[in-house]
Amino acid sequence: MNKYLTASILIGALALSACTRPDRFGAGAGAGADGLGAGAGAGAGFDQSAGIGQGGLGGAGNPNSPEYFAQSIGDRVLFSVDQSTLTSEAMATLDGQAQWLMTNSDYLAVIEGHADEQGTREYNVALGARRANAAREYLISRGVPSSRLRTISYGKERPVATCSDPSCYAQNRRAVTVIAAGALS
Amino acid sequence: MLTRTIALLLAPLVAAAALPAPALAQGGPLRITISEGVIEPLPFAVPGFQAETAGAEQLAADITRVVAQDLSGTGLFREIPSSSFISTPGSFASPVAYPDWRAINAQALITGAVAVNGDQLTVKFRLYDVFTGAELGEGLQFAGTRGGWRRMGHKVADAVYSRITGESGYFDSRVVFVSESGAKDNRARRLGIMDYDGENRQFLTDSNSLVLAPRFSPNGDRVLYTSYESGFPRINLLDVASVGRRQISTVEGEMAFSPRFSKDGGAVIYSVSTGGNTDIYRTDLNSGAHSRLTSAPSIETSPSLSPDGSRIVFESDRSGTQQIYVMSASGGEPQRISFGEGRYGSPVWSPRGDLIAFTKQNAGRFHIGVMRTDGSEERLLTSSFLDESPTWAPNGRVLMFTRETQGASGGPQVHSVDISGRNLKPVPTGGFSSDPSWGPLQQ
Repeated sequence: MNKYLTASILIGALALSACTRPDRFGAGAGAGADGLGAGAGAGAGFDQSAGIGQGGLGGAGNPNSPEYFAQSIGDRVLFSVDQSTLTSEAMATLDGQAQWLMTNSDYLAVIEGHADEQGTREYNVALGARRANAAREYLISRGVPSSRLRTISYGKERPVATCSDPSCYAQNRRAVTVIAAGALS
Repeated sequence: MLTRTIALLLAPLVAAAALPAPALAQGGPLRITISEGVIEPLPFAVPGFQAETAGAEQLAADITRVVAQDLSGTGLFREIPSSSFISTPGSFASPVAYPDWRAINAQALITGAVAVNGDQLTVKFRLYDVFTGAELGEGLQFAGTRGGWRRMGHKVADAVYSRITGESGYFDSRVVFVSESGAKDNRARRLGIMDYDGENRQFLTDSNSLVLAPRFSPNGDRVLYTSYESGFPRINLLDVASVGRRQISTVEGEMAFSPRFSKDGGAVIYSVSTGGNTDIYRTDLNSGAHSRLTSAPSIETSPSLSPDGSRIVFESDRSGTQQIYVMSASGGEPQRISFGEGRYGSPVWSPRGDLIAFTKQNAGRFHIGVMRTDGSEERLLTSSFLDESPTWAPNGRVLMFTRETQGASGGPQVHSVDISGRNLKPVPTGGFSSDPSWGPLQQ
């Protein structure tokens, strides 16, 4: 029992530290002092040329970093009410995502589908699955290997905007492409 | 006895034909028929149960309160305060002073006694029809352990409710639900279990991973729920007594969710999403054998079996919007049964078999409603910013559901309402709560 408990706490601690490290995906990890293999594979070329100081910026300036992907390319696309059809704006964002994923071929991506709160819980899980899949299919059509793309739906359970009006609902009806290091899969 | 039996058999038909609302038959024997026109709640008196052993006084008082609260809480009964009493019974065996109870218009009188022997608790009660001056049914005695004192009160109230309404009770039952805490965009969720009245709350899981929509097994020993513990939505089976849990083997797919037990508890019906398409499947828990029940490119989810196990009600957007359908339990061509304005979801078959409860979304409002199993006689019982996920009381007369308030500080709270739309109220859960699943009457 004690052994089991200790093990769980350790695993918990590891998971927590992994989550709170800003450079958890490895690319652009400046200090490189950790033993968890930051920079495993992905972005390694950049790491070799980057100075220690540069890495400390968190990687958002590095076009091969997940932070750059999220902030500059755009990690999410939005949908109309009860729809999973991609808008032309969404397709433009996904074109950028596809290009980045083709360039950074060591990364995997999990596409998270979400719904706004104006729907029943289980239907919204299914609707989020549809949205995540729409984004995934589009990325595949642009050349990203399907083996690198997984989907998950959170339904309406993970809103990013908390008001109860159309402006917030619009932000919550989304598919978010979350980059994960291939070495972690 | 004969008239009672006939009334019981007729009750579902009456419920279907008229808007069910509680009615008190005036001038006849003590009786509430839940299915007829609206009238005042039935006044009852419950003098404090007698303590028959030294030290049982507090338990006797507490159990009396549970009985009174259960009955008053239905909205069908009204307790007469003890300050109005003209006399109180000398002992459990004393003859009833009917004139004293008639004088304060008590129509039902409940007397009881409590004895404690070590950890053993004994509760007995008698129910009297004050106006006919006769006992209604025979006195009953329940024996159990001291820690189960609330259940003993619920058992007494269930017997009283049952004798007066002709329906089975629902007070000695439990509810599993999702307990929620934290900010709206970072909410922690864990499974909780409680008595039907919100008492004896306990957690069944920690809040490290997202959980959705727990569902009780038919005999209340296990719970199915959707868990993100593995990183992706999967179906877990939890044993209530040991709190042990395991992921069940489902059809391969990206997501498995929306589980419900078969009527014998030996199989699970649920949804799997693959490639953006969601269909309904069935898996036998013992053999692990799977079968596919729907094959459509649309969303098919929230399956619920009829009490005889022959049919499944579920929701689908194959018509373009979310609607309710019924099909054979083995699959096959479904019949659409919802045709009103708006969208319909989360259908649940009543344990009586006569009605289907659902969530309706129309013109920016959410409603809990009921309809007959062919979709006729739709009635909306509630209306708010967001009501959803109904679950039936074991007697099919009351629903619990989730009501969520709007805005950043809003949150969900389990509520209950009876099938006439009366007696809408929150169930105390000590914080945000959602997705109730009402278990069976305990043995």
